Formats: sequence, C-alpha cells, structure tokens
Amino acid sequence: MTLTQAILKGDRLALARLLSHVENDSPQGRAALIELYPHTGRAHMIGVTGAPGTGKSSLVNQLALHYRRTEGKRIAIVAVDPSSPFSGGAVLGDRVRMRDLSGDSGVFIRSMASRGSLGGLAQSTAGLAQVFDAAGFDKILIETVGAGQGEVEVARLAHTTLVVEAPGLGDDIQAIKAGILEIADILVVNKADRPGVENTEKALRSMLELAHPVQRTFMHHGLAMSVSSPKEDTLENMWTPPILRTVALDGQGIPELAGWIARHETHLRQSGDWMVRERARLEVELETLVREELMGRFREEIPDNRYEEILERVVQKNLSPWEAVRILMNGRLN
Amino acid sequence: MAERKKRSEADRKIRVLVAKPGLDGHDRGAKVVARALRDAGMEVIYTGLRQTPEMIAEAALQEDVDVVGLSVLSGAHMALTPRVLELLKANGQSHVKVFVGGIVPDEDLGHLKEMGVAGIYGPGASTEDIVREIKLAVTG
Repeated sequence: MTLTQAILKGDRLALARLLSHVENDSPQGRAALIELYPHTGRAHMIGVTGAPGTGKSSLVNQLALHYRRTEGKRIAIVAVDPSSPFSGGAVLGDRVRMRDLSGDSGVFIRSMASRGSLGGLAQSTAGLAQVFDAAGFDKILIETVGAGQGEVEVARLAHTTLVVEAPGLGDDIQAIKAGILEIADILVVNKADRPGVENTEKALRSMLELAHPVQRTFMHHGLAMSVSSPKEDTLENMWTPPILRTVALDGQGIPELAGWIARHETHLRQSGDWMVRERARLEVELETLVREELMGRFREEIPDNRYEEILERVVQKNLSPWEAVRILMNGRLN
Repeated sequence: MAERKKRSEADRKIRVLVAKPGLDGHDRGAKVVARALRDAGMEVIYTGLRQTPEMIAEAALQEDVDVVGLSVLSGAHMALTPRVLELLKANGQSHVKVFVGGIVPDEDLGHLKEMGVAGIYGPGASTEDIVREIKLAVTG
C-alpha cells in the first residue's frame, strides 16, 4: 500500500510521515500531493492570526474542543512558529496550550517552523493543509506565527480568517493602518475579562465604520489578488466582519465564535465567494510553482562559476544588478 | 550562494519532542535543553508540564519526530520511560531515539540503556554533548 492509499484509509502514522515529506518538499511529497489533489477541496480552512500573546493557540484549542463536542467533526490543526534566523532551529510551543485535545483521535495537531518565510506561514503550510483536506479532516485550523501588521498570507489560504486582538495592545491609529485587520473575516477580542476591552472593541468598530465597502484585493508576491465577489457587490451581500469577545482560557464566547464561522462559510457558499477565493488561492499557488520551476531551470542552465563571475562584477560595481539579470537571462556573457 | 541552493532532503531538520512526563513541576532543565537544540538548528516541539506517556507518544506520532527527550526529576523515570518506549513501538515508531534527562541514580543507568534509551544526562551535563549525541544518533 502506498503512503497515499494509507492516508486515504486513515493511517495516522502514514499521515505524519507524508506531512514531513511535504514539509521538506521531497520527491515523495510532491508525488503524493499530485495523487491526493483530486481528493482535496472539501475541508473548511480557518486561519487564526494576530499579535504574539493574544491567545491564538488557546483559542484554537477551545474551537477544536467545541467542534469535537458539538459536531463531532474531525479537526486538523497546523500551528506555525518562527524559525531562528541565525541557527535555523525553532522551539514550537503551540501544543502547550492544546493539551485538552490530546487523547482524541479525531484531532491531529502538527507544529511547523516558518523556515525563513516572512508572511506568517511556512512555505509548505498550504501543502500540509491539502494533505489534511485529502485525509478527510472537516475543519483545518491554521495558526500563524505571532503576526504584526504585514503577515497576511493566511488570508489567501484560509476560507475564513480570524484576527485575534487583546485589550491593551494598540490605539485607534493602529486599527486604521493597512494590513492584518483588513484580512479579517471575523475580529476576535480575546482576554475579554481584562480591563480595556471596551476601548479595543471601540477602536476596531470605528475602523470597520471607516472602511468603505471596496473590493478587497491584496498583493501576494507582487501579484494583486482579488478576494471578493465578481458580481456587483451590494451592501446586503457584503460581509461585514463581526467583533466578538472571547476568553479562551475558560471558553467564554466560543459557541458564538463557532456560530459566526459557520455563518461566514454559508455566506461564502451562497455569494459565490467560496469559488472566487479558491480560484485566487490556486492562481497564486500555480504562480508560485511556475516561479520555482523557472528558478530551478535557471539554476541548471547557469553554471555556478558563471553566476559567481557576474555577481563579482556587480560587487565590483562594474555591472549593475539590472544589467546582470539581462545577461544571465540571455544566457551569455558580454 | 545561499539563495542558489536548492531546498532538498539534505536540509531536513532534526525534529525533537521535549516532554516532561510525570508530576514534578520543574521545567527549567527541559527549557535549557530545548533552547540549546534550537540553537543547534533543530526543530523542537515543546509540550509543557505533566504529560502522560500516552500524550507524549501521541505527540511524537503526530509530529513525526526523530527524537523524544524526556525530562524527569521526580524519580519516576523507571516507570515512565519504559511506558513511553513501549507506546512508541506500538505506534510503529521504534526508530525514534529516546533520551532521558534529569535525576537518574547510577544504578538505573544500565537498566535504561538496556531498555533502549539512547542517552541519559544528569545535572552538569553539557548541552554540547547532548547536541552532538542527538545528531549522531539520528544521522547514524
């Protein structure tokens, strides 16, 4: 039995091994992704992002518990933590907050290091999510690294993106800056038992009121991505992100949050946005793969010493980087 | 040349689960080791305090780790370690190397080795030794 067949049958060890292959972008990993592709497209992918310490892991823990208790859904969790820029190593600590989930065979948690990616996810996070999707998990919770203002990549992967805030982290100017808040389908003010929760909520609300209902596009690798409906958006079928209060430590507000996530899924499916997002996601994925392939061919065609020689000329200021590119792409030295 | 290098199996990171089974609440040693392994370029999954052997084996499976490091300061290592080894084997993960750190009396060292523990470290052990021996155990 191949790894792929074992996974479709629910073998957890095979699943864990394949996740490693995909994470390391090994030939087996690529082959399995190809085989599994027809089995993907069923899971609801839910992204959870926000600043470090806002309680993302605890929230994911509670959400997963809720889904297990009330709906009996199979839940996969992909939790990304940063890699050290110096050693390349990482300490992945998200499981510490997810101990309530251990012993439940309907939950599969996988920690990943970002391995140098800067968008809040690792390069292979989408691949891991696809494997979980094909393996029949109903909901895939994707937790980003503690994100600042620019880590918006999760929005291209997830159908529903939760942005988690906590009281005392910023004023209303933070709230109107571009970036992470714009990608929120649902805004969560966690640690809502702390003082300052009203101010945080007010800042977020005024940010939402200032926002004009525009078609949401965002740049990914220099590519403008639309994540809105192609139809004329009327105010009625525009999704306005709700602001919800939760206390992830004791589970307050979690049923309401799950309710809104379900409502968002319904909205996406009824408005046609689900397919629009899928299309945008796959377009970016295709683009990324093409870029990697081109880079690979480039590496094969240009010998290392030739590359070094040109690089040296750039370093010596005899050649500008722009001219160097032209020379390298033409495959000949001037 | 860093960007020119292809991502490949050669870049594969050593994945280590650092776990604290049993009931003692001292995880400073485990954290020091976790940090040292991180600085040696490994990916360390840290699970926190008071884990049962079942929880540890399950996490080791889901995370597909190469190494499990157990930190035991309670004296319960002779009960907890064999249970973890047994569960790893039952899950089809007998290739996972198990290391033990903490307070282990000399007379237990031989027993743990016989069970299949790859390395045992007490107070004063150097993190450099731990890193070197883990790398050796994984890459063979």
